Amino acid sequence: MSPELVSLIANGVWETLYMTVVSTVISYLIGIPLGVILYITGDGGIRRNRAVNLIVGIIVNVLRSVPFLILLVAILPFTRLVVGTTIGSNATIVPLVVAAAPYVARMVESSLKEIDGGVIEAARAMGSSAWQMIWKVFLPEAKPSLLVGATISLATILGYSAMAGFVGGGGLGAIAINYGYYRYQSDVMLITVALLVVIVQIFQEGGLKLVSKVDKRLR
Amino acid sequence: MIELKDLNKSFRTAAGLVDAVHDVNLRIDDGDIFGIIGFSGAGKSTLVRCMNLLERPTSGQVIIDGTDLCGLGRKQLREARRGIGMIFQQFNLLSQRTVEANIRYPLEIAGTPKAEASKRAAELLEMVDLADKARAYPVQLSGGQKQRVAIARALASNPRIILCDEATSALDPITTASILDLLKRLNEQLGVTIVVITHEMKVVEQICDRVAVMSDGRIVEQGSVHDVFLRPTSDTAKRLIEPSQGALTIDNTPNTLRLAFTGEESGAPVISDMTVQCDVMVNILSANTENIGGKAFGQMLIQLPDDEAARQRIRAYLDSRGILYEESAAVPPAEPVQEEGPREVRAEREKLEDAAVREGSVL
Repeated sequence: MSPELVSLIANGVWETLYMTVVSTVISYLIGIPLGVILYITGDGGIRRNRAVNLIVGIIVNVLRSVPFLILLVAILPFTRLVVGTTIGSNATIVPLVVAAAPYVARMVESSLKEIDGGVIEAARAMGSSAWQMIWKVFLPEAKPSLLVGATISLATILGYSAMAGFVGGGGLGAIAINYGYYRYQSDVMLITVALLVVIVQIFQEGGLKLVSKVDKRLR
Repeated sequence: MIELKDLNKSFRTAAGLVDAVHDVNLRIDDGDIFGIIGFSGAGKSTLVRCMNLLERPTSGQVIIDGTDLCGLGRKQLREARRGIGMIFQQFNLLSQRTVEANIRYPLEIAGTPKAEASKRAAELLEMVDLADKARAYPVQLSGGQKQRVAIARALASNPRIILCDEATSALDPITTASILDLLKRLNEQLGVTIVVITHEMKVVEQICDRVAVMSDGRIVEQGSVHDVFLRPTSDTAKRLIEPSQGALTIDNTPNTLRLAFTGEESGAPVISDMTVQCDVMVNILSANTENIGGKAFGQMLIQLPDDEAARQRIRAYLDSRGILYEESAAVPPAEPVQEEGPREVRAEREKLEDAAVREGSVL
């Protein structure tokens, strides 16, 4: 394998990790508040509010139902507005976040729904405010489940990031498409795919290790 | 003081509107240990949840120390709740916090400085005998230990009232006894009012001063534990108290005596001693007694000899031992009478029983 190809692929790995991690972090910054809102305004929540729940729910569902490749193209003007360009890694982060944040919101909501109702009742009985419930009960109690969700989200966002290669995004996906698909270099294709598998594997294993360390329900 | 006035709580379910709590009026005095007993589905858990407004009543008042909780705003209600501790059947500890951090939680949310909160948590751990478990997580504790942590947590904010919702129902008899002992001790030392929700008569026997019996969302009977225990008037109380449910009861068997053991020394061979001392033979029809921490709790139904003189000796013996008993009417009712039966029949039977109780009672 030529040195140029090696450095190309190394750069691809870096770009993929960069896009994936940054997108995941931003998606969580948006997705956690959205997930919390969905949870506390939903049925049985501590601040039941049909209107808010419905509106946020609809926005989340609409964004989630648009296929990523179409979303990617459809929001190009928005992407240009935010980062000033529509190609490269930074330009990919915008659609990744738009697609992943609603997904993360639902992941967060479902993690929160797993919290033992009795614990919530106890916290209410002790006179916790809504804010204290969120920060001291909901998020800490759901932490292990949230981390499992984050591990899954990371792998999903990595998959999305590879698709962005079709419209000028960076990373391993772009290399696989440009070299492997358009130029029929199946060895490059194979290497990128293998690297993607390895990265997902590392995320997955690392995530689960972290969860088992963090979760105090395991002895 | 806790006062419930004309309290109603109904839930909308698929089957329609369900009255979980119906026209309840109740007064619980400061420093009391008050039991609310009933079968599952009687509405007792809903009732206790109305006392700190975890469930908002459909109508009526929940007055704690003169303040109607229903009239409070969110912030005031949170303040009020800090004066009412609560413990649960499933303990409900925060699973991701250590024992110490769980106990600190109520102080944390009340804005107590961390150093002070830690000091208080240490005191409370000492009080519930768990000083060595401060750094443990709930998963590492036994059920009884978890409930002790929950009690310490409930006490952290110095509440005047502690609500216990089936607090011992998930525990074995020995652990139950130790948790009840702890609650009793706290009641005596701190003067905290304790409301105990349970379906187990022995819990009420062991610690309560007063008891209310609940059925179908209503309070069907209330009074001192001894009175209700010895002279249950409602069908529910009788079913909760009597050893054999339905088959053999004091109502349908002549010449029987219901003995109530409410914490006497279990080491004493009471029945044997009685037969020897009184020179009589008795037939044990049924028994439901339990030895909790060296004390006997429960009921026994015995058949007496026909000889009135022998029966008199037995009464005298039981009186001298301070054992509570209730005697059946000499003649059984003509036919089994249901609680749902015509009012006249029910009244008739109650009169009959009242007479029997007056004769036999030692209270």
